[in-house]
Amino acid sequence: MSNPTQSAHYGFAERWLPRLVLAPSFLLTILFVYGFIAWNGYLSFTSSRLLPNFEWAGLVQYQALFESERWWVAVKNLFIFGGLFIGGAMAVGIFLAILLDQKIRGEGALRTIYLYPMALSFIVTGTAWKWMLNPGLGLEKLMHDWGFANFTFDWLVNPDTSIYTVVIAAMWQSSGFVMALFLAGLRGIDDSIIKAAQIDGASLPRIYWKIILPALRPVFFSTLMILCHIAIKSFDLVMALTGGGPGFASDVPATFMYAMAFTRGQTGLGAASATMMLMTVAAIVVPYLYSELRGNRNA
Amino acid sequence: MPKFWRGALYAALLVAALYYLLPLYVMVVTSLKTMDQIRAGNLLSLPTSISFEAWGKAWSSACTGVDCGGLQPFFWNSVRMVIPAVLISTTLGALNGYVLSKWRFRGSELTFALILFGVFIPFQVVLLPMAQTLGWFGIANSIAGLVTVHVIYGLASTTLFFRNYYVSIPDELIKAARLDGAGFWRIFLRIIIPMSTPIIMVVLIWQFTQIWNDFLFGVVFSAGDSKPITVGLNNLANTSTSVKEYNVDMSAALIAALPTILVYVFAGKYFVRGLTAGAVKG
Repeated sequence: MSNPTQSAHYGFAERWLPRLVLAPSFLLTILFVYGFIAWNGYLSFTSSRLLPNFEWAGLVQYQALFESERWWVAVKNLFIFGGLFIGGAMAVGIFLAILLDQKIRGEGALRTIYLYPMALSFIVTGTAWKWMLNPGLGLEKLMHDWGFANFTFDWLVNPDTSIYTVVIAAMWQSSGFVMALFLAGLRGIDDSIIKAAQIDGASLPRIYWKIILPALRPVFFSTLMILCHIAIKSFDLVMALTGGGPGFASDVPATFMYAMAFTRGQTGLGAASATMMLMTVAAIVVPYLYSELRGNRNA
Repeated sequence: MPKFWRGALYAALLVAALYYLLPLYVMVVTSLKTMDQIRAGNLLSLPTSISFEAWGKAWSSACTGVDCGGLQPFFWNSVRMVIPAVLISTTLGALNGYVLSKWRFRGSELTFALILFGVFIPFQVVLLPMAQTLGWFGIANSIAGLVTVHVIYGLASTTLFFRNYYVSIPDELIKAARLDGAGFWRIFLRIIIPMSTPIIMVVLIWQFTQIWNDFLFGVVFSAGDSKPITVGLNNLANTSTSVKEYNVDMSAALIAALPTILVYVFAGKYFVRGLTAGAVKG
């Protein structure tokens, strides 16, 4: 790499200035990201309860975590929520992107409408859906007014179904985002390939299924990554919509961690659950980052 | 395409538009009704007469837990938090991006990789140590503490945005400037910054939206009179009162959403560019 800095005839200041400018951010990252990860990791091996202590206690917190019914409910909910949310948002987003790609009049306006929920806070989304889905005056009353007298919708307050209301709200918020990503990808595809296939007599659905969607594999994987990431981190929406309830029926790992660490005085257990979350994210992200950075070097 | 399919296509797109717009519509009409109208009508019915009572209450007298001063103080807390946090994290990001793209040195790529990983960590893993550290520095439960936290954990994404943008500025430009005797700062201020308007807009808007909408840091690192708007809204909507005032809840949600919606309406182009920037390059 022929970089200006590496030439010897530039002054001392010029050579050290870049390092100096980067130094604060470097130090902040080392301390507040990696240092804190280590610190949190250490806490998870102590018997810390209300106040953190630093006495080594081995794996007791992890043992407690894996024996905790509430933790497994949270993990199960993450899989239910993650699976349905990612699958649903992908399907809706890709479908809308393909529809919008048909030289639509008013595309700009439609795109703006599909994407605006992404600008809202999950707390706003949660508050709004909580009102619409509430069993008293919300959707249920609307259906009664429309003549469906026996319609009941109590998902929000039913422990078996409350996690699905989180899926509904999260899909509403994020599917437009998937649409935007795929639409950008579709616009990057060379028109001549499609024209050639059309001349060969291939039908439009077939062209999309066989040629266009396979060409969007990279977009698919980055979107999947982002959605996984949103799912694992999801905290705000659950807090605003169900508060993890009824009871702890709609807890996810992020709300579990918050409850243990900050409201129930189980610092060590909270730290252990945070470490588990980090491991899960790392298992997904590290291979992805590795291939991205390697790919860039080869390019 | 046959006419029928063309029609079906537009119908499907319009149904989708309704699906995204309905919650907003419901929020707005609910916020303009009185509780009696809410009980008499349904989700979709228009208010029989428009009332701004709920808005007034949400702004200045609704109860969030024990205190009943409405969302107003939380709104201003968020404003006081978001402005310094956005400006500082954007400035640092621009400098980092400049060094990491135009002044590479041995180890700068590794530094970039280390910073980049910070985009992905689940923040739960830093909450406990951060709570303790903020206490040591005496800025726990304060706006200054929240600004610090948002700056530190915003660095990764602002650096990534600027670095990826500056990589596409040709190195020859920098070399030519150096031959003319311009140094590190001069090149940054005279050449790089004037070319950065689009990316600065993207990052400012990205950071503003992220920080304004944040709930996790807000709920963990603030207390009493330093809570941001998202925490205020959540407390308001989840305060159990004898009568649930949905009109006040919806007004409050709209107040919390208004700043980011306005940004989206007036600078949506940059917002969308920020959203798609990271993902589509693959």
